[in-house]
Parts: sequence; C-alpha cells; structure tokens
Amino acid sequence: MQKTYAEINAKIKSGEAVVMTAEELINLVEEKGIQEATQEVDVVTTGTFAPMCSSGVFLNFGHSNPKMKMSKVWLNNIPAYAGIAAVDAYLGATELPEDDPLNSKHPGQFRYGGGHLIEELVAGKEIELKATAYGTDCYPRTELSTTITLDDLNEAILFNPRNCYQNYNCAINTTDKTIYTYMGMLKEKMGNATYSTAGQLSPLLKDPYLRTIGLGTKIFLGGGIGYVAWNGTQHFPSMQTDSQGNELGASGGTLALIGDLKQMSPKWIKGTSYLGYGATLSLAVGIPIPLLNEEITKYAAKKDEDLYTQVIDYGKDYPNHIPSKYPMVSYAQLKSGEITVEGKKIPTAPLSSYSKAKEIANILKDWIKSGEFLLTEPVKAFANPDNHVKSKTLKIK
Amino acid sequence: MSPQKIVLRYSANISNQPIIYSLIKTYDLEVNIVKANVNPQKEGLLVLEINGDGEHYDQGIAYLKKLGVIIQPMESEVVQNKEKCIMCGACTGICPTKALYLERPSMEVRFDPEKCIVCKLCVRICPMKAMELGV
Repeated sequence: MQKTYAEINAKIKSGEAVVMTAEELINLVEEKGIQEATQEVDVVTTGTFAPMCSSGVFLNFGHSNPKMKMSKVWLNNIPAYAGIAAVDAYLGATELPEDDPLNSKHPGQFRYGGGHLIEELVAGKEIELKATAYGTDCYPRTELSTTITLDDLNEAILFNPRNCYQNYNCAINTTDKTIYTYMGMLKEKMGNATYSTAGQLSPLLKDPYLRTIGLGTKIFLGGGIGYVAWNGTQHFPSMQTDSQGNELGASGGTLALIGDLKQMSPKWIKGTSYLGYGATLSLAVGIPIPLLNEEITKYAAKKDEDLYTQVIDYGKDYPNHIPSKYPMVSYAQLKSGEITVEGKKIPTAPLSSYSKAKEIANILKDWIKSGEFLLTEPVKAFANPDNHVKSKTLKIK
Repeated sequence: MSPQKIVLRYSANISNQPIIYSLIKTYDLEVNIVKANVNPQKEGLLVLEINGDGEHYDQGIAYLKKLGVIIQPMESEVVQNKEKCIMCGACTGICPTKALYLERPSMEVRFDPEKCIVCKLCVRICPMKAMELGV
C-alpha cells in the first residue's frame, strides 16, 4: 500500500489520524505485523535530547542611533561572529568567554559558553552586548555597550549546521589514564563506556534511507516548530551490516535544522558543559515519520536490539584516525547498563536523555493529534545510504 | 543507635586537632572513615560512619561543634537539582557506589543519598551542572 502526505494531512485535520511514538509502533508491529501496522497507523513520532555542538543562533540587534556596522560583537563577553551585515551576528554554541581559563588547569570546567547564553536568551534574561567597529560614512558609530533581551531583537534564528546524528559511537578508553572528551569522562583501562543516541526513538535511525526526512520537513525544535534546512555537515549515511550482510541499523547521516528561537523554551534548549572538553548546547528535536508504505514502517519499528553502534577507543584510536578493532554493540546492550569488550564487563552510561526523548515524541504526537501540526513533504531528498557518500580527510600539505 | 553517616568540614586551623582520636578514645565511638580530604593548609573534609552509644555520640558531636567543625548529615551533601537535570544519565557510569542509577525501563536518573559517599565526581562531570553540593 502507498499513502500520500495529502491523505495523511486530511486525516490529521479531521482529527482521525492515528499517531504513535516509535516505541508504541514497536509494540504494535510485534503484535500485528508490518502490513497491518502500516494500514492502521499514519504517523510515528521520534525524539532526541542530546548535546549538539554544531548549533548556534543568528541575531539581528536592530540599529542604534547613530548607526553602526558592528565588526566585533560580544555577548556576555562571548565573541559572536559579525563578519556579515551591519547588525547581524552568529553566536555558536561552543564559543567561550574571552577570559575563560580553558584547559590551562586541566581538566577545564567550561561552565559557561554559547549554549548557556542561548538558553539564557530563550529564558528572557538580560544579556550584555558590546560591539566595536571601524566606522564608515553611513555607519559612523565605533563602539557601543548595552543590554538586550530576546524581545529586543528583530530576529533570533536558531540555525544548526549539524544536528541529529543518525547514530553515534560508543566511547571507551584503553589507556592508563582518565581522559576528558566530548563523550564525557572516560576512565582508564576501559573503566566505563558512554553512548549518545536515543536508539529506538532516534529520528534518523528510524528513517535510515531518508525516505520521509528531507528539505523542509517540519519538526519539533527546542520546544517550538522548526524545519530541516539541509542535510547536515558531514552527512555520510550508510547501512551497517554484519559479516553475513544482515542490517545493523544506519549510521552517518546528519541534518541541518532551522527555527525561530523566540518560540522555543528553556526547558528544551540547554547550555551544557563537558569537563576538560568545552561548552555546548543540548537540544530537543522531534521528527514525525509518515508511514507511507511498509518499507517505512519496517524501519520505523526497528528496536534497540536491531540497532547497533561501534565501540571506539577515544584514548588511542579516535584521536589518530585509526579504524576501530572493537565490536559493534546493540542499543539494547548499551541500555542494559553493561557491555562486554574483550572479555571485560564495562558499565555504560548515556549522554542522550532517553526519558526526555520519549517526552518529546509524546508532545509531537499530541501536536499532530490536535490537528495543529501538519506534515510537510520534503522539497528535496538528501543523500541516503545507497549513494555511498564518503568523507574526506584534511591533508596537511 | 543505628550507624550515622556524617560529613565534617573544618578550617585549616582545626586540622591539627586529634578529632578522630578523641571520638574513639574520649567518647568511645566506633569511627569508620569513609572519605578523607585533609591538608594542613586547607579546609578539611571527612566523611565518617559512626556507631556507638547515642549519648556518647551526642557528646562527641558537641565536642566537634565546639571546635568549630561544620557537621552535616551526609545525604544533604550532594543533591540532584531536578530542575536542571535532563535525565541524560552521564553520571550513572562514573558513580562509584551506584548512588546515581538509571531506573529501567523508564531510563530516568535516580539518586539514592544513602549510597552516596560524597566523592563529588558527579558534581564535576554533570554536563548540566545539576548535581550540586548542598549546604
């Protein structure tokens, strides 16, 4: 069978659409099979709430009197990129205050950065704005210092070049000393393992061939409505398989996301600090997947047991681009709290909030069921695992 | 009296006092040092598990307070700020006593203060700074 977006949207508008979270679909498919589930269910909702470093916000401050072509901009002493038009700037989630001690006393704390500032903006807090300029005939002012809030800005557009990783590594450390990474603190001699995906609730794991998620897909973003703006940077989707060719879930896809910061919530957009690594932003994303046909249902119903990730040694291999010799592990194993690598039992911990991912999927489900949130058919499809897009490495010439 | 877990904090000028010796010798208490961070130049921190006669315990505590030692029941030391916690679970893999753990299948982070030994690893590594030191 094949359903269309128009048919599903008509059902959403009339309040007849059957909407389920990805978790609920798993149970239904186990009970009734893929065919019946496809007939019965119109939309499946996914969710994720995790650190997403490649995030930031475009801000337009409005013009002062006299006017100014801001060339350097600081918000609460955090530099924002101002190499665009006069009073526009881009504040990145991982940017740090100029006086931050960084890793000078290792491991650095990174208690405040761009992500925290974005959270404060969303919460309506007052932010210090400083700017300097060289001055022109049309923009004579050369410096200013004031305070702003989100309401004072003309626009605040969250634009994230790389979010929603389809899948992510499971990190371990085989060296003799504790290391501090973007995968958290990793104790020596495989003392712990971390992973950062919502597994069976994670958007791109549930649509591995990007059949429904593409340019223009309307989503839940930071508590408000956002859109998929492009594929993310480093978008190299592939289907993982075992030695017999059985699928183990996809990996490598990413999304660029966009949305109006002014309608987001500080509950769903959070400044985040990784000891010894840096500051970032944890962001809530929920993506609806219309069950247009049985193939889409089959993948949307994949369970933690069916979805795998690669164990990678962040002590030796990851920093040096060495392919991992460690096994693949399923999200069911990771979520159990323990994995076994080379005969050693290692406690696992997630960096991505499964319980919040579930909450997001449920909120999006309620939005769709209420008839207010319609689905958008992608304007353009992105590369999928069949396209075999390969990453490039930077050569030092 | 059931064993009492307490946290002692004291300034550098008290660190030369034989407080453990006194608790055992003078007040006849059974003292188990759960954690100690003592440096003559700095503020000291002791986590103790104390067992013994209730009256002796009260006298021992009074002696410590008289010296200027700040005493807290241990569960008030590390607190989970539920407003800040996003239930990611990062703390659960490093907590040495499993005081922080994921409840399954909900995958919500739970904190059992009874098991906490105030090592403060979670306070350092929590990405949301949701694990705080209580006063």
